[in-house]
Amino acid sequence: MAVSRSNPPVRRSRPKFLDLTAIRLPLAGFVSILHRVSGSLLFLALPALIGMFALSLESPAGFERAGQLIRQPMIGIPLFGLAWAYLHHFCAGIRFLLLDMHIGLDKEGARKSAVAVLVVSLLLTALLALKLLGVF
Amino acid sequence: MRTTTGAHYGLRDWIFQRITAVVMAVYTVIVVGALFFGIHDTAARWHAFFAFGPIKFLTFLFAMCLCYHAWIGIRDIWMDYVKPVWVRLTLHSLTLLALLGYAGWCLEILWRL
Repeated sequence: MAVSRSNPPVRRSRPKFLDLTAIRLPLAGFVSILHRVSGSLLFLALPALIGMFALSLESPAGFERAGQLIRQPMIGIPLFGLAWAYLHHFCAGIRFLLLDMHIGLDKEGARKSAVAVLVVSLLLTALLALKLLGVF
Repeated sequence: MRTTTGAHYGLRDWIFQRITAVVMAVYTVIVVGALFFGIHDTAARWHAFFAFGPIKFLTFLFAMCLCYHAWIGIRDIWMDYVKPVWVRLTLHSLTLLALLGYAGWCLEILWRL
């Protein structure tokens, strides 16, 4: 619907319903918010992540030290939280790129891809954690 | 009055956010794939992987893309939630300066390999 400049649209009083506790967010909305949350977490953690990368490449001793650090729960658990943030951002990002290309825009498709993002990013995080800890 | 803060260049950044995302996604697949070949098994292999010319080049690209991508994303967050111009300008500046610093730091790490 085209809106001409000379005739601004009439403001209708629309019902406002912003009780956030009562709104049931669709899964796609949940993925969208998590995309932003994971992105900001990663941004905040950048100095720690770059520091860890630097340490691991500094010297063989630094590499061993980095290996010990990720095995300490106080560091390892937040680090795997960040790995989740990264992988969620990665998966949700691919979903958004597909949506940009008009792939999966229908309601059912969007819902399914949102579920896929949540599940796949958690699975990949578990896989990566097990791999880095040397379980397999 | 012109707005002091804001994007002004929406489409360009929208496109660059996506281009940088694709570069980072490709790099991620390469590195995660390499983990399954055991590049993290020993310090020597880890070092050799990142010191290998093409990987070093891609890692550098990744770091630069990450900083640009983060700049666009974090700026969007400030623009969505922070309205007072001076607070927003301050946050924008701090974000930009931090990211420039991180970019320099990454360059320094790669330079020494």
